[in-house]
Amino acid sequence: MAAGLDPAQGLSGPRRGARRRFGGALWRRPWLKGLSLLGPPSVAFIAVYIAALAALFVSSFWSVNAFTGVTVHTWSLNNFRELWHGATYHTVALRTISIAAAVTVTDAIIAFPFAYFMARLAGPRTRALLFVLVLLPLWASYLARVYAWRLILDHDGILNWSLQKVGLPAANIAYTNTAVWIVFSYIWLPFMILPVYAALERIPHSYIEASRDLGAKGGRTLRSVIIPLALPGVVAGSIFTFSLTLGDYITPILVGGSSSQFIGNVVYDTVNQSSNLPFAAAYATVPLAVMGAYLLIARRLGAFEAL
Amino acid sequence: MDTVDLTVGDGEFFTLLGPSGSGKTTTLRIIAGFEQPDAGRVTLGGEDITNEPPYSRDVNTVFQDYALFPHMTVADNVGYGLKVKGVSRAERKRQVEEVLRMVRLDGYGERKPIQLSGGQRQRVALARSIVNRPKVLLLDEPLGALDLKLRQEMQVFLKSLQRELGMTFLYVTHDQEEALTMSDHVAVFNEGKIEQVGSPNDVYEQPATEFVAGFVGTSNILERDGKRFSVRPERIELNGTGHPGVVADVVFVGAFRRIFVDIDSGDRITVVRPNDGTTIEPGTRVHVHWRDEDAYEIQSPDTHEQEVR
Repeated sequence: MAAGLDPAQGLSGPRRGARRRFGGALWRRPWLKGLSLLGPPSVAFIAVYIAALAALFVSSFWSVNAFTGVTVHTWSLNNFRELWHGATYHTVALRTISIAAAVTVTDAIIAFPFAYFMARLAGPRTRALLFVLVLLPLWASYLARVYAWRLILDHDGILNWSLQKVGLPAANIAYTNTAVWIVFSYIWLPFMILPVYAALERIPHSYIEASRDLGAKGGRTLRSVIIPLALPGVVAGSIFTFSLTLGDYITPILVGGSSSQFIGNVVYDTVNQSSNLPFAAAYATVPLAVMGAYLLIARRLGAFEAL
Repeated sequence: MDTVDLTVGDGEFFTLLGPSGSGKTTTLRIIAGFEQPDAGRVTLGGEDITNEPPYSRDVNTVFQDYALFPHMTVADNVGYGLKVKGVSRAERKRQVEEVLRMVRLDGYGERKPIQLSGGQRQRVALARSIVNRPKVLLLDEPLGALDLKLRQEMQVFLKSLQRELGMTFLYVTHDQEEALTMSDHVAVFNEGKIEQVGSPNDVYEQPATEFVAGFVGTSNILERDGKRFSVRPERIELNGTGHPGVVADVVFVGAFRRIFVDIDSGDRITVVRPNDGTTIEPGTRVHVHWRDEDAYEIQSPDTHEQEVR
């Protein structure tokens, strides 16, 4: 009886003993469990992602010999000085940031009522259907979706054809910044809808009842209770829409015009045409810095408390 | 839910008592305006409010989960109703401070709900409702989430607050002790119907139905000559000269003991006796005795049904 209860008796060899000891150690020290779960991906993350970013940042202080094309490994702020004084770089950066901001605001305005309907009004089946509708475009190729918009916005595309049918003048949106704004707003919309939906869905129904019970009508409840509580979701979504637009260079090429260049396009051209990798790196730190500032503001707004 | 007909007097502490799913919370939500009745009317002070939305009804609700707005301070939560009504900032501040003092939370105005204990949150929810001086305060199992000791304190506090304010409280609970301690009148709900309305004393001493006898306290239901009677366990004495029987089991409950006696006529009788230091063993032969006036005749379900309609 006593022997049967001895823990050592149940083991069939040293391997099981070691495994059991490891299990015991995990159970006693929660941090060890965390380490064994997070360790391998963290190493990959640090090695690949952070290291690449660091390399990018370091190389932005180098330069390229204009005659030989060889990278000169001397530290200087010349790249940044050139950026600071180049009016074109300002225009492109400002355009990129403005369109990213416009896309974010547009998506927030479209996503909020949609997510509100999904989270609070739709029945389970309608909700599932809407989820599919939101996610379905993400399963199609990015390029296919942007090209589809070209077909719509082209001078003799679906939009102008429809306008002509109802007797309205043609809208010349194709290959303009407006087209870039519309296509970006469409492409990143799911990334706004989902976090806003998650935030709205988490608001207990009793909060809304309490607000109505205390005399607040729909508009008041929306302003004082629902929007403040959903704001972290909106900010979380805006991080997606803003950063994804900020870093993109394909849509401006496909649907934009001659004055639709984004930071990404300039970086791409600098690498491919003038092979000036350090200068490209310097310009690529601009969206990084903008995004960093944006994340700091987002944290102030409590966006990460909801994650 | 079945037909429910309730009249609550002005300034009363009125309790809707019943097991979960008996319709008491639905009744409360219909009065608050969160749910629409299929038929019937809700009137408040003689005025028909059946079709009024919740925000224009002069009633306020204390929610079971308190439903405090997490992004607002305690003071903003309490002042919400006043702000919506357009009360000036200075007047709002004065009234919020007054009501926070009333629920013994003065100085807590700047905290967020998450920084408070369960009992404190409960009182904030209470303050947020009473600051609006509603004609009726609706309370949906507000003490359900508190531990026993705090719950008992809050029962006393709620009752004295209600008396002080002279406000009508409509209180929903499944806890019969809570209902008996605090209420002026109790309506006992079962399966979407009201079984009995009366003072706590009436409901306890003269249960109208077998359900009421069993739900409000415990009761011995006995059948004699085709009639059914309810006898409360604490009204039964042992070693009397009444019905002979055998002690089947004794349960120790601290201040008293619950003794189960199988009487020779076949019924099992529950007897509650104060813990006076003596002991009684299972198997002992005893006599159980109660006075005639302690056996209260209850109506059969059929006759009761007709009477309520």
